Amino acid sequence: MKKDLLSIDDLSSEEIYLILDTAEAMREIGQRPIKKVPTLRGKTVVNLFYEPSTRTRTSFEIAEKRLSADTLNIAVAASSVLKGETLADTAMNLEAMAPDVIVLRHASSGACYLLSRICKSRIINAGDGMHEHPTQALLDAFTIREHKKRIEGLKVVIVGDLLHSRVLRSNVLLLTRLGADVWICGPPTLLPAGIDRFGVHVSTSVGEAVVDADVIMMLRIQQERMQGAFFPSLREYFNTFGMTEARVARARPDVIIMHPGPINRGVEIASEVADGPYSVILEQVANGVSVRMSVLYLLAGGQKED
Amino acid sequence: MPVVMDADRISRTLMRIAHEILERNRGVEDLALVGIRTRGVPIARRLAQIIQDVQQRDSSSGSGGEPATPKVEVPTGSLDITLYRDDLMRHPVGPQPVIRRTEIPFSIDDKRILLVDDVLYTGRTIRAALDALIDFGRPKSIQLVVLVDRGHRELPIKADYVGRNLPTSLSQSVQVHLTEIDGRDEVEIQES
Repeated sequence: MKKDLLSIDDLSSEEIYLILDTAEAMREIGQRPIKKVPTLRGKTVVNLFYEPSTRTRTSFEIAEKRLSADTLNIAVAASSVLKGETLADTAMNLEAMAPDVIVLRHASSGACYLLSRICKSRIINAGDGMHEHPTQALLDAFTIREHKKRIEGLKVVIVGDLLHSRVLRSNVLLLTRLGADVWICGPPTLLPAGIDRFGVHVSTSVGEAVVDADVIMMLRIQQERMQGAFFPSLREYFNTFGMTEARVARARPDVIIMHPGPINRGVEIASEVADGPYSVILEQVANGVSVRMSVLYLLAGGQKED
Repeated sequence: MPVVMDADRISRTLMRIAHEILERNRGVEDLALVGIRTRGVPIARRLAQIIQDVQQRDSSSGSGGEPATPKVEVPTGSLDITLYRDDLMRHPVGPQPVIRRTEIPFSIDDKRILLVDDVLYTGRTIRAALDALIDFGRPKSIQLVVLVDRGHRELPIKADYVGRNLPTSLSQSVQVHLTEIDGRDEVEIQES
């Protein structure tokens, strides 16, 4: 493994499977009466979050604590970033205190690469702008594999705000790498330019895309990143692209519905679908801890570049 | 590469250890086996099978040949100690050791645990295994079973049941092969 996990592109197929297999072993720790192993004892992990996050930050923190690492959370709202410090300066100051791992969430695409160049610490990208969110794609793959026993050859349909989604990019890279048949679907205004070069099928009709799908992955409409009008109204978006029971019925009977959260009920997904029997949304959250434990463990022994 | 135990000898040794376990614990009550990955696991499974067979035979012959007594089951689990190793983060270059699944599908509280491994050497694996086991609960006791004790302890650890004591030098290595994993039963000493 490389020093950092910034992008799915940093991983070979073998490394992806190693992470997933290790996560299987890690899951058992969460079922013990004492949910802790001494593996990362004495290691310091900094969770540096420049964007609000509940799931990802909590998930990383639980994973770190189950491995006995010393963790500290820097919530930007209460830090010197508000006093005008740049990311590079914050990074150098943190580096001076020699943490072993920095988990970074930042609103700018590529912020983790800047940190990676400055810091000797290992960097884990917990979401950088509209670029990537590799641990989310890994936990999605883990969840898919658990239900379908394979990833190769599955029809995976990703529907929603494709343009602003880092989850989309990481998932497309990972799923195509492992041989899934990936379809993406959304309004033409929310299609990233050149996405077809990644080896995916592009559709603007959700009814057509979901036919015989093994996996449907919904993406949140990220209004906080939208500058301008990409569609007339949320209601119209739901009517055209929202995941309803009628649309799910066109997929395979054993389809699973995924969503990286937080979900917007009635915008990209109907409540009956989000709470339906085929929904694995909460399993994704549970699996996130195991997958992040796996990544932390495997990175801590990775090759150090000096 | 001299073979120091062949299939016959391994099977007789496990038979003897199983009887010693039953003798010392006065039966199977509260007994449970935990094998250390990788090769402690099949050894633990075989011991469990022998103990069950012996116990079954004894109880059915006692009640006049009628197998009226319920089937004896000795719970058996497997333990991966990688996350508890004391050398894990000391050489942070190169890939991390692969973690396999720990499966202890029973409560170890108040059980008499038989911890099973193939070779006892420095004692560091056993130290890690003890730490790992304690995280699962509070057993009544832990006893150690090894197929081979090759000496050179670095920690104050001693086995309760030893298949064979093998005096070795530090330059040698002891290889245990088991049918379930390696396709044959054999213990050999290699010069490295």
